[in-house]
Amino acid sequence: MEIPSEVRKLAIAAVPPIVAIVLAFLLGSILIFAVGVSPIVAYRSMLDGAFGNIKSFTEVLVKMYPLLLAGLGISIAFTAGAISVGAEGQILMGGLATAFVGTYLGFLPAPLLIPISIMAGFLAGAVWGIIPGYLFAKKGLSVVINTIMLNYIAHYLVNFFINGPFKEPGGYYPQSPRISENAYWPSIIPGTRLHIGIFVALVAVICVYILMKHTPLGVKISSVGVNQKASRYMGIKVEKMIIIALAFSGGLAGIAGAGEIAGIHHRVLSGFSSNYGWDAIAVALLGKLHPFGIVLSALFWAALRVGANNMQRVTQIPVSLVVTIQALTIFFVLISEMWQHKGKLASVTHTFLKRKSIS
Amino acid sequence: MDTLLEMKNIKKYFGEVKANDGIDLDIQRGEIHAILGENGAGKTTLMNILYGLYHPDQGEILIKGEEVQISNPKVALHLGIGMVHQHFMLVPPFTVAENISIGLEGQKLYKLDLVDIEDRVRELSQKYGLEVDPKAKVSQLSVGVQQRVEIIKVLYRGAEILVLDEPTAVLTPQEVKELFIVLKNFVVDGGTVIFISHKLKEIMEITDRVTVLRNGTKISTVHTKDTSEKELARMMVGKEVLLKYEKVETKKFEKVLSLKDVYCKNVKGLSAVNGVSFDVYGGEILGIAGVDGNGQKELADVISGINEIDSGEISLNGQNLNELSPYERICIGLGYVPDDRRGVGLLTPFSISMNLAIKHISQQPYKKYGLLNHAYIEQNAKEIIAEYQVKTPSGQVPVSNLSGGNQQKVLLAREISCQPQALVISQPTRGLDIGAMEFIHKTLFRKKSDGTAILLISSDLDEILEVSDRVLVIYEGTIMGEFIPGLIPIEEIGLMMAGVVKKER
Ligand SMILES: Nc1ncnc2c1ncn2[C@@H]1O[C@H](COP(=O)(O)OP(=O)(O)OP(=O)(O)O)[C@@H](O)[C@H]1O
Ligand SMILES: [Mg+2]
Repeated sequence: MEIPSEVRKLAIAAVPPIVAIVLAFLLGSILIFAVGVSPIVAYRSMLDGAFGNIKSFTEVLVKMYPLLLAGLGISIAFTAGAISVGAEGQILMGGLATAFVGTYLGFLPAPLLIPISIMAGFLAGAVWGIIPGYLFAKKGLSVVINTIMLNYIAHYLVNFFINGPFKEPGGYYPQSPRISENAYWPSIIPGTRLHIGIFVALVAVICVYILMKHTPLGVKISSVGVNQKASRYMGIKVEKMIIIALAFSGGLAGIAGAGEIAGIHHRVLSGFSSNYGWDAIAVALLGKLHPFGIVLSALFWAALRVGANNMQRVTQIPVSLVVTIQALTIFFVLISEMWQHKGKLASVTHTFLKRKSIS
Repeated sequence: MDTLLEMKNIKKYFGEVKANDGIDLDIQRGEIHAILGENGAGKTTLMNILYGLYHPDQGEILIKGEEVQISNPKVALHLGIGMVHQHFMLVPPFTVAENISIGLEGQKLYKLDLVDIEDRVRELSQKYGLEVDPKAKVSQLSVGVQQRVEIIKVLYRGAEILVLDEPTAVLTPQEVKELFIVLKNFVVDGGTVIFISHKLKEIMEITDRVTVLRNGTKISTVHTKDTSEKELARMMVGKEVLLKYEKVETKKFEKVLSLKDVYCKNVKGLSAVNGVSFDVYGGEILGIAGVDGNGQKELADVISGINEIDSGEISLNGQNLNELSPYERICIGLGYVPDDRRGVGLLTPFSISMNLAIKHISQQPYKKYGLLNHAYIEQNAKEIIAEYQVKTPSGQVPVSNLSGGNQQKVLLAREISCQPQALVISQPTRGLDIGAMEFIHKTLFRKKSDGTAILLISSDLDEILEVSDRVLVIYEGTIMGEFIPGLIPIEEIGLMMAGVVKKER
């Protein structure tokens, strides 16, 4: 009796994103048609590019990894009513911390160093979440503004390090030294870039699911997102919950950064995140802030990114068309949220606005 | 008489809930027609269908003998049907005229012609005795005046049938009188009124006919002059109802909750409670009577810790509460049922079970091995739902889907099940049907017998007199006097409530 109703709820929640995706692709096909290419051919090449062979599919999973983790993080912040757009900076900080650990603790054996690198990424990202959380909770400062600011600070901090104290000794490029091989996250399929991070991400999905749906802490975090005044009256420490939510949120994005460094680049390069933190916002929204939904939306988003490259090769349609489709998808999802009125985002935005008018 | 409106065999199911199960309703031109029924009987649903907010699963609506499809409120307004909801839908920072302009047809895109609107509002106010300043900001109006704005809003759009969903639940007795005059003027002018209320006295006073609903079906439609309060109550509940009951006498215990010279401000920063002192003893119900807006809300909020105290002292069992957070006050035994159940009391998107559990969510047995103990949470909800007769298919239903009265039951059940030593309870029966009201009063009596100290704040004087052992009258944040119900004439209470007479305590 209980499980079916849960399943039904999930199914109902999945309808708007799916409709949004279909609409976005339909509109996208008009654009493709307008440049004189058959939409069917274009979309086929996209599909081929993403799922055509093992190699391309592993690429999809590689890109899915940071989107999934950062998206999960954002969903926690949004559920708490804190509109954080700080994942990008948190990814950078997590990556930077992992590189430090991988370089300076490189003498440690891999079984020890890999967990430490995950931890380092989490902690660095969490700090980057706690700062805006604290400023919001104690001083009422806007989370949106502060997370944007911290994105810049993280960006320039990374550049400072790889141009200065953490620059590869004797190297020419602005990049950090290669981390110790003991810190490398092993690849799952040799010859591809797919690393164990994808398992880390899936474990995180389960953890976030349990946290948000099956622990008192998760209930309190969502309660704060629904109605701060009522939560406070019911004895929930609103400020504390917001800080905790933003700490988890940043920590998960930090792990995303850790994987990018320890699993892919093995050193810090300028702009190593390639905007995953921004895309993750869309991923979280498309996944309706639900951990399982975010798995699907992260997969979808990553497949679009990978597939777009192939489409460009085959049909000469620029990758930016896919960005258009992505934007349209989010646009339609938001419309459906407004239209549904009961959606999470609607209530999240609502509390956010209300809070601002109070403080 | 001619039939203006007919609803035939209206059915509306929400999942398993049969909110309307084949209801027939006919409305005659020029009458005031009451819809009466228990909480969750389907009154609001039926009216929402008439207003185009819900679509019936089955059934038809005829206006002046012609079938109509009311697909949205715009269509309803075109057909001359206007509705004022249980919960107002005004934009607080806007002026009255601006609020009325929203969604008005025939407006220019580039320029808002407020002067015209203001003139017309004044005209309508004059005509029906609805006193409103069109230039006033809605946020600064009292609830009663906001309701007038809602009424003007629909009259402005030319409504001939005015639907009012529990309009008097939020009004002071004086405002109720004024509203009734407006309704009578409206009817004289050719209008027709559909009026939802739980207050039998009002129904007897103002209406021509009454339709009684029970569990989504129509029981009967009767002429008001041929019926009585008792008969209506019986039709509504399906069995004899005591309209009056004996107060339970209990022995007084120790002093539990105590206020000494308490001052505090309201949200606008104006002083709202001015030097209030009283003690509430275990085993007694102390009533606070007074016209709404005289500091009752702030008084309740300052005791529960939502509002900050400026000076004075609040203590529970001798322990000073001044510096404690709302949560710490809950922990040492203070329960609070706020009047704003949807804004403060409940998390409406959450399920009933979660709302019942959330105050203790971090404690055993609501939590087991660090995880939520869903089995216990659901079981606990099941028991409370049964005990308090909350009308719902299951505990998993979100509170927002419950009818107003059932939301109140959930809130009350949660606060009482915490076993508080002192219970502050604000407007506990606002919007509740008489059966539920009786149930809640009996629950209060039961808690009182257990030795709980109860502070009952209500603007419903009848309720205060019926339930309290001792009553204080509040006016502009000060206590005007104290009395034992039944021992002083009602006129004197009225004078105290109006701030005319102050009685030394
Ligand atoms: N949107 C909805 N979704 C699910 N159930 C609903 C919804 N609206 C109403 N119901 C259910 O339908 C029944 C009738 O509700 P309705 O609001 O019409 O009652 P009511 O007679 O107005 O009660 P009250 O006096 O408490 O306001 C209730 O059991 C309620 O829980
Ligand atoms: Mg109702």
